[in-house]
Amino acid sequence: MGGFGRPGRCRIIGTGQDEGRAALADLKRTVLYDLHVRLGGKMVPFAGYEMPVQYPMGVLKEHLHTRTAAGLFDVSHMGQILLTAKSGRVEDAALALERLVPVDVAGLKEGRQRYAMFTNAKGGILDDLMVANRGDHLFLVVNAACKDADLAHLKAGLPDCDVGMVEGRALLALQGPRAEAALARLVPDVVDLKFMDVAIRTWDTAELWISRSGYTGEDGFEISVPDRFAEVFAQKLLDMDEVAPIGLGARDSLRLEAGMCLYGHDIDETTTPVEGNLTWAIQKARRAGGAREGGFPGADRILKELDDGPSRRRVGLSPEGRAPMREGTEIFAGPEGGAAIGVVTSGGFGPSIEAPMAMAYLPAGLTEGTVVYGEVRGKRLPAVISPMPFQPNNYKR
Amino acid sequence: MKYTEDHEWLRVEGDLVVVGITDHASEQLGDVVFVELPEPGRAVSKGDEVVVIESVKAASDILAPVDGEIVEVNADVADNPGMVNEDPTGKAWFFKMKVADLSALDAMMDEAAYKDLIG
Repeated sequence: MGGFGRPGRCRIIGTGQDEGRAALADLKRTVLYDLHVRLGGKMVPFAGYEMPVQYPMGVLKEHLHTRTAAGLFDVSHMGQILLTAKSGRVEDAALALERLVPVDVAGLKEGRQRYAMFTNAKGGILDDLMVANRGDHLFLVVNAACKDADLAHLKAGLPDCDVGMVEGRALLALQGPRAEAALARLVPDVVDLKFMDVAIRTWDTAELWISRSGYTGEDGFEISVPDRFAEVFAQKLLDMDEVAPIGLGARDSLRLEAGMCLYGHDIDETTTPVEGNLTWAIQKARRAGGAREGGFPGADRILKELDDGPSRRRVGLSPEGRAPMREGTEIFAGPEGGAAIGVVTSGGFGPSIEAPMAMAYLPAGLTEGTVVYGEVRGKRLPAVISPMPFQPNNYKR
Repeated sequence: MKYTEDHEWLRVEGDLVVVGITDHASEQLGDVVFVELPEPGRAVSKGDEVVVIESVKAASDILAPVDGEIVEVNADVADNPGMVNEDPTGKAWFFKMKVADLSALDAMMDEAAYKDLIG
């Protein structure tokens, strides 16, 4: 999840700063664009949208504010999809979706959400997403860059379902230890929700689709709100002392500290969920010997990798010293000589851990604690293979 | 104070030149999290990469603005990179150079010309 992306099936985008000026005219805006501008957001091209990369507070303080209080993110560029079985039964919708994801959707109870990924025939990841069971249908949230391709993929793969992109709804994320207190002032009964619960709640006359989840490692909520209420709802939250607007820059450092993948960088069509260290998202029911073993694209390879182990795996790296190892940094086994054994897929400085951090794909035999070397500006600097998350999660379970 | 097109400032202190980056550059970089300084004693030519700055956004190089020798570096900045955002034109200087020919500064921008450059 998250949204930066590389060329492929998803819309070709950069890191938010390198899309040409010529493309600006084609960019879409979310319903909160005017609010971002009024708040002093620095708008950049991102996944086909003009989005705020930061506000006057700056990336570092926005990051820390989210970890200590509450941050409000506009994630309206992401795709919200409704999936209903033609039979009208949510069980059928779940079983249908299982044809496209290696995840136990049938076992997902009403009012619950879980992480999933669309796989391709080679076991690679087409996109990662959230799936919620909303009683008589499924609600999906997918990455902005992939949403059109995802919709087409669902329509083609699930002729027994009605699939539609939700129009006219913004998506906000309110994240941080003060998120519950802030949101509860507007919607008191959100305190009943636990991590990964979903519910429909009313504010004013607006129907809010709320999940207790996010992409920062903090407690928090994602709130789908009708367009015409979005700005006033966001402003109500921003009027609270503990809530500040947070841009894409801090969203990226927060999710990286939380050890979460950025689609198009840390996972893509060439990485399997097992290589991507996402085996936790493949429940028993879909594994060898499970009640609904396989039956998703790339199952042969993915089930084999679950048994035998992959040849490479996504790991965390903690560079020694303060120099960040950015995306593309080549990793070597030793301080001199030899060929690269892997490459950094996301890297930066973690404001909360006050240290650099990175994710890289490395040969699977290398265990945590192993020292490897990243080549930064021609020098090989040591980095330790580290457990993730870099920053402990703070979910309300 | 003199300025380069690379958004560095130069201040003459006796026979030395102190070098840092401008407020504008600091704002553009965003929050600085890492600074790598050169070894004192290093001889540099104009345009050599002498300082590496990493912000939350990206890595940037600071180039030697003139020919000369690095005689002193500001270790405080490496220890506390956030200084670059707090006081870029004061406490967060990067290095002092012994310059071969101080008249090389004459052709550089003054404050008014630099303000024109950044608009």
